[in-house]
Amino acid sequence: MTTTVYVPRDSAALSVGAEAVAEAIVAGARAGGHDVQVVRNGSRGMLWLEPLVEVATANGRIAYGPVAPGDVEGLFAAGFLRGGDHALCHGPTDKIPYFAQQTRLTFARVGVTDPLSLEHYRAHGGLVGLQRAITMAPAAIVDEVVQSGLRGRGGAGFPAGIKWRTVLGASADQKYIACNADEGDSGTFSDRMVMEGDPYLLLEGMAIAGLAVGATEGWIYLRSEYPDARVALVTAIQRARAAGWLGDDVLGSGRQFDVQLRIGAGSYICGEETAMLESLEGKRGMVRPKPPLPALAGLWGKPTVVNNVMTLAAAPWILQHGGAAYAAHGVGRSKGTLPFQLAGNVKHGGLVEVPFGITLRELLHDFGGGTASGRKIRAVQVGGPLGAYLPASRFDLPLDYEPFAAAGGMIGHGGIVVFDDTVDMAKMARYAMEFCAIESCGKCTPCRIGSTRGKEVIDRIVAGERREANVALLQDLCTTMKDTSLCAMGGLTPLPVLSALEHFPEDFAR
Amino acid sequence: MYSNKVQDFGTPARPAAKSVALQIDGQPVTVPAGTSVLRAAALAGVNIPKLCATDSLEAFGSCRLCLVEVEGRRGFPASCTTHCEPGMKVRTQSRKLADLRRGVMELYISDHPLDCLTCPANGNCELQDMAGVTGLREVRYGYAGENHLAAPKDESNPYFTFDPTKCIVCSRCVRACDEIQGTFALTVQGRGFGSTIAAGPTNFLDSECVSCGACVQACPTSTLMEKSIVDQGQPDHAVDTTCAYCGVGCAFRAEMKGSEVVRMVPHKDGKANHGHSCIKGRFAWGYATHPDRVNTPMIRSKITDPWREVSWDEAIAYAASEIKRIQARYGKDSVGGITSSRCTNEETYLVQKLVRAGFGNNNVDTCARVCHSPTGYGLKTTLGESAGTQDFDSVEHTDCMIVIGANPTDGHPVFASRMKQRLRAGATLIVIDPRRIDLVRTPHVAADFHLPLKPGTNVAVLNAMAHVIVTEGLAREGYVRERCEVDQYEKWKTFIASPKNSPEALEAECGVPAASLRGAARLFAKAGNGAIYYGLGVTEHSQGSTTVMAIANLAMVTGNIGRPGVGVNPLRGQNNVQGSCDMGSFPHELPGYRHVGDAGVRELFATTWGVPIQDEPGLRIPNMFDAAIDGSFKGLYVQGEDIAQSDPDTKHVQKALESLECLIVQDIFLCETAKYAHVLLPGSSFLEKDGTFTNAERRISRVRKVMPPLAGMADWEVTVALSRALGYPMHYDHPSQVMDEIALLTPTFTGVSYDKIDRLGSIQWPCNDAAPDGTPVMHEQEFVRGKGRFVVTEYVATPERTTRKFPLILTTGRILSQYNVGAQTRRTENKVWHDADVLEIHPHDAEQRGITHGEMVSLQSRKGETTLRAVVTERMQPGVVYTTFHHPESGVNVVTTENSDWATNCPEYKVTAVQVVAHAKKSEWQRGFDSFASQQEGLLPKTAVRGDVR
Repeated sequence: MTTTVYVPRDSAALSVGAEAVAEAIVAGARAGGHDVQVVRNGSRGMLWLEPLVEVATANGRIAYGPVAPGDVEGLFAAGFLRGGDHALCHGPTDKIPYFAQQTRLTFARVGVTDPLSLEHYRAHGGLVGLQRAITMAPAAIVDEVVQSGLRGRGGAGFPAGIKWRTVLGASADQKYIACNADEGDSGTFSDRMVMEGDPYLLLEGMAIAGLAVGATEGWIYLRSEYPDARVALVTAIQRARAAGWLGDDVLGSGRQFDVQLRIGAGSYICGEETAMLESLEGKRGMVRPKPPLPALAGLWGKPTVVNNVMTLAAAPWILQHGGAAYAAHGVGRSKGTLPFQLAGNVKHGGLVEVPFGITLRELLHDFGGGTASGRKIRAVQVGGPLGAYLPASRFDLPLDYEPFAAAGGMIGHGGIVVFDDTVDMAKMARYAMEFCAIESCGKCTPCRIGSTRGKEVIDRIVAGERREANVALLQDLCTTMKDTSLCAMGGLTPLPVLSALEHFPEDFAR
Repeated sequence: MYSNKVQDFGTPARPAAKSVALQIDGQPVTVPAGTSVLRAAALAGVNIPKLCATDSLEAFGSCRLCLVEVEGRRGFPASCTTHCEPGMKVRTQSRKLADLRRGVMELYISDHPLDCLTCPANGNCELQDMAGVTGLREVRYGYAGENHLAAPKDESNPYFTFDPTKCIVCSRCVRACDEIQGTFALTVQGRGFGSTIAAGPTNFLDSECVSCGACVQACPTSTLMEKSIVDQGQPDHAVDTTCAYCGVGCAFRAEMKGSEVVRMVPHKDGKANHGHSCIKGRFAWGYATHPDRVNTPMIRSKITDPWREVSWDEAIAYAASEIKRIQARYGKDSVGGITSSRCTNEETYLVQKLVRAGFGNNNVDTCARVCHSPTGYGLKTTLGESAGTQDFDSVEHTDCMIVIGANPTDGHPVFASRMKQRLRAGATLIVIDPRRIDLVRTPHVAADFHLPLKPGTNVAVLNAMAHVIVTEGLAREGYVRERCEVDQYEKWKTFIASPKNSPEALEAECGVPAASLRGAARLFAKAGNGAIYYGLGVTEHSQGSTTVMAIANLAMVTGNIGRPGVGVNPLRGQNNVQGSCDMGSFPHELPGYRHVGDAGVRELFATTWGVPIQDEPGLRIPNMFDAAIDGSFKGLYVQGEDIAQSDPDTKHVQKALESLECLIVQDIFLCETAKYAHVLLPGSSFLEKDGTFTNAERRISRVRKVMPPLAGMADWEVTVALSRALGYPMHYDHPSQVMDEIALLTPTFTGVSYDKIDRLGSIQWPCNDAAPDGTPVMHEQEFVRGKGRFVVTEYVATPERTTRKFPLILTTGRILSQYNVGAQTRRTENKVWHDADVLEIHPHDAEQRGITHGEMVSLQSRKGETTLRAVVTERMQPGVVYTTFHHPESGVNVVTTENSDWATNCPEYKVTAVQVVAHAKKSEWQRGFDSFASQQEGLLPKTAVRGDVR
């Protein structure tokens, strides 16, 4: 009987040797005369266990990890093909607490299936949402999404259904779905994991959006730093077209929707939705003023749904199970789940999809297991490089958009970067300005010049030069940047700077 | 930038039917829907600080100075990118806004040199103004931080400098290049703090930049600055006037210090150019004070005699005595005059009046003879008026444009930019031209069809297109039956529908695939508004007049005359071609295109002028040459025209000029024609006199004197003096009185006066009781002639055929940086771009002849030969070569032939059978030219002017 062994093809797993592990397993099977089929799945998101090898057994999938090629011989010897015990064995994957405690809606298939297999996708509940959408009027699809309470997962948290409704209501000869896959925030990887681990999910979500608003073309703007996601998407698009999931006759419905893939050129600002549209149009990636809203005048001036990968990837589940089912998760106005990403100095880094409302402490300790260094957590940055640095005193905050923002934080794309007590927060503040100086599109003055001046002022503060006056200047500069910048890049850069200054003033006065 | 005395509303006007009422600083304001808050405030007299916004460009929102507070909204929206909404309450000033604006200014100045007092923009700098307005008192960041103050200056362009140390990266230059000019030569490179403006990989001169000046105009600081301002400082006053280059007729402000021009700036309110310009009008005005200017009258009895400098009185008296002597000896008709399309309407009117009333004959012609005479004939015959049907703004409403025999990006660059704006906005384009002109493919513009016809087959192409329209049922029968002569239409329809006019029958002749002809015809016929723009590639053919009529047929059959967005639009070559024709410069027509055979018209003029008018047409220019050679024509007064260089078959022209007993040349330079002259009367440039020019859209605009005539007299005064000396005194104190006389005598001008032009800015004729403010679009209710007339346009091949000896076809034209005979532009820095005429040849033809790029080749026709440098380019089609005629020593017209339009004698410059031979030295004619030029230079007074192109 053939035994199925899963070795992830996710680039996080590849980066720690999954390819060699897969080869070693194939070689070991051949040498031992074992009938083994190796499936290259996505990642389960428990990154400290990667490469996480799973074996399908009568008792479910048994996890082994992190597996080095040198461990493979021992695994065979331990009978891992039958789920045999071994030092690296974690028992059934589903039962690993980190995994078991999650609510995997969007990530339900990621790590479970062969990402590029049309059959796996269908067999694990894929396309049900799209098939239902085909039977619905556009406004009804939009209503379902409105009812779900789904909010934009790219950072701004704007209600997706409302955006879709605006695009549906706009009359134009052409509309577009533009998927923002320029996942540039530090410590984030959920978009990548879906694109590598379940790419059809994104395509299905885009098709649903297309049907909902009357768009026949979808564009994915993928960052160039994701070559594996690129390969996955290119293949998935080809196969989906060949299977009739995309194209002129989506699933035989007579409806048209196709997807194009475009690769960015290594610019953080192109993840800002209007700069992304400029870049998609082949122009220099510069931020456009709003209004006009992209929903009314987006790609090539046409009404466009611009959504992040996570937003679009939530749509199939919502259409499959209903908006109400989705809205049953979460708290307050933050409905559904968010795939949080634990990174930085954390023991158990990885992807944690849970409903909104969980606290930072739960994420950092119950899931993350504290720091990797074993030292005390001193600060975390939530929401990417433009997010606030929060001290331990804020760790009991629930991750819920409004209360979190009220406390000076930003959930953003759900990235959480952990620092232990050796961190120099003045350096981190300076880094925020430096990041802005490097990545600013250069269009608006406060961002273009202010970020460089910010760096210089922090240097003077740290050097003890007229500290009080320079702190006041830094605060004035942050106000100027916050209130006058054209987009969130310049507007939010003060957040990490001022939060560092507020919570860790001692680091600026050493 | 504009003088800071010119108000800038921040964002462009948004003409809209609906209006919006809001409050700005408590003040009620009503503006058209779509207007920005910034503009609305400016209209209400509230000046919100701004730097990246200017009313010639779409809002950009980068400087963050124009922030405002809007009641009920979060944050501080930029007023430039925020549209007015009903009931909106806007606050433009508050403590908080002041702090934010000062904070932004503080950042700007932290990366800006503190050299205001020695900066060329001092006193006219928006950054300086904003520092003042925002109350910036200190830059707390200091000046030791990272900055751009060591960036090197780019001085490669001869007219302006690019000083990146002054740059605030507002992108106004980039946007001006994109939105206004449409060249897309500039970009922002790098990002973040490293963002800088770049013109290609090296510098401005080596970039795609066409030096239109739009970027310099848009720059709010001295980053892009005219070298003339760098050298001379800011102007102290400005005078509104009109460009003296091409037929677009751009309105300019001559910015002055005393009587010295320091800068020419396109006028924002100019209705032809809306604030845009090209390299010629914007920068190439230095010729006006070039040392080559002729400033003293000179006479001599033979052209081999030395010139003698004399007083105005002596020169005028001598000229008059010679005319009288010749007329006494050879008869009244032995003399004539040539008017200039480079001179004003008033001057042209006076020259033809001098000929008709002073000389007593109709021997007057104009340079339009050699350019747009077929337009006059063709449009008068079909539509009833010798003029284009539209204004330039009409293009905004065009859905499909045909550009035939015109190269607007070179010849009419400012209008070409308008066309490109419309094309980028979605209009379709059909280019009919033997060459792949720039419009065929230019950034963000691509022709839907390029029909690369063989030179000389315009009529075949237009007939084939009309055939498709008629036979495929695409004709607008309803329009035609209501607006045109039906019997004539039926006749034409039968003709055009005949199989001999089908694309399939004509494709071999014209060299355009039948499928392209059909596709283009369908595209044009089915477009909502179709407009046809054409140039000298239409008129300068043996069938020039036929082509013009074929164009009119095509426009009528598709219902494309009589409303905005459509029409037949001749692009006039020189500034006042339309005007010189309007003013009665042709030998058969009195002002207003009225035939001299009409007794009533003659009577009107005879009464006003107090002399009888001859009832027979006089000599055309080529007739004058022939008559000079056969001995019956002896005296000629040429004002502002260089027939020795511009007319075809140079050797024939030279022989004619040598045959004259008295050639009076009035010119600002010792031009080629002047080398054959006996009397040289110094001319005055457009900066030195008052008058009017009429552009290609019939727009009469004022030319205003900004400096006294260098030689003491304006051209109109010279003609008046000559007339007086001839015994026919004219009584004018000012050109406005000449215009009053024109208005009195010309039905299409009765409403025109200088006062009204001053009031309206400019006037498009007809301007009379029926149209007191002028006529932007003609033939709206009915055609001027009543019913439009279809004319059967049988295609007749030119007699100029290629042979074994002359297997290639030469066609001629011009380029962006030079103008016509080049007398003006060659005396400017424009020579940096084009210092010699070159011969463009297809690689295949070059290969066959062993010609390599850049080598000197001999260009030979049955008329003569000359030597030029070869440029091997795929812009050409095989079998066709191309050159320009901007440099006299090129001798291009030595090669062109005597063939001309059957109706008007307009020369066939565009088709000459030639051979091209590799490895050539100067031709015999060129050697003769050199020695004649040096002989003539030797005859000049030692202290006087220098010769042409030495």
